[in-house]
Amino acid sequence: MIALSDFLLFGAVLFMISMAGIFLNRKNVIILLMSIELLLLAVNTNLVAFSHYLNDVTGQIFVFFILTVAAAEAAIGLAIVVLVYRKRKSINVDDLGTLKG
Amino acid sequence: MTFELFIFYLLASIAVISGVMMISVNNAVKATMWLVLAFIATAGVWIMAQAEFLGLVLILVYVGAVMVLFLFVVMMVDINISAMKEGFTQYLPIGAMAAIAIFAMMYMVLGTEHFGLEVTGVPAGLPEGINNTKSIAIPLYTTHAYAFVLAAVLLLLGIVAAIALTLRRRPTGEVLYQDIDKQVQTLAEDRFRMVKMDSVVEKQVPVKDEGEK
Repeated sequence: MIALSDFLLFGAVLFMISMAGIFLNRKNVIILLMSIELLLLAVNTNLVAFSHYLNDVTGQIFVFFILTVAAAEAAIGLAIVVLVYRKRKSINVDDLGTLKG
Repeated sequence: MTFELFIFYLLASIAVISGVMMISVNNAVKATMWLVLAFIATAGVWIMAQAEFLGLVLILVYVGAVMVLFLFVVMMVDINISAMKEGFTQYLPIGAMAAIAIFAMMYMVLGTEHFGLEVTGVPAGLPEGINNTKSIAIPLYTTHAYAFVLAAVLLLLGIVAAIALTLRRRPTGEVLYQDIDKQVQTLAEDRFRMVKMDSVVEKQVPVKDEGEK
């Protein structure tokens, strides 16, 4: 029998890896978007595990909606990446500082 | 270690190794492929948590649609691979430190002493005669019907936004465009004109028979 802590720690490790990925990959917006997808996956794993152990299906419905939102977010994010590349010929995060924020 | 636990650790380690490879490889196409492997392994983990529907949806929607979208964008965007890893070693210490700090904090909360099998007990599982898909579908179409419709609107918004952002109209001198309105409104009289003219009878030209004897 798999313990709940195993699922939760698996989610934590995935979360940790994707967070490190956001820190490390400053040169490529596409890899940043992929890291965000992995981050959402880690959080969804937690929801699925709790839904299984509490015997309540609401957590899985929540995951369903998170997947929907993540798909829409990925589509719009990639469209913006394509636009930025067309304008700047680069997807380096450091080149995108026009607003000087 | 039981067989179930062995499969879980196998899938989890595949997912973790794929995640590490995804953030560390140079090539964006390879990173996408590693992410696909991480998604598939995590789908297996979800299926082990008796979330079969979501596991299959993850494979269908993510591996089938979203990752293909990522691959298309990677192909459309020309990335300088050698410049991609600049600053990787510079940010490695702080990235690793933040990651390990977060993991240590999470381990203190999520470890076996709070969420172990002795604390939580064995989950009851679904009752006889009802499967995971049905148990998701019933509240999804009743209690959460409003949210379901909103999710559909959100996906429509995603389609419209992505197309509106990337649609590019080049100047007419460069490319020729169809004018659909004009094409639809065209009448037969604009295209086809009947002309009355007298019929012309061609005179039979006698053929000389030179070659025949």
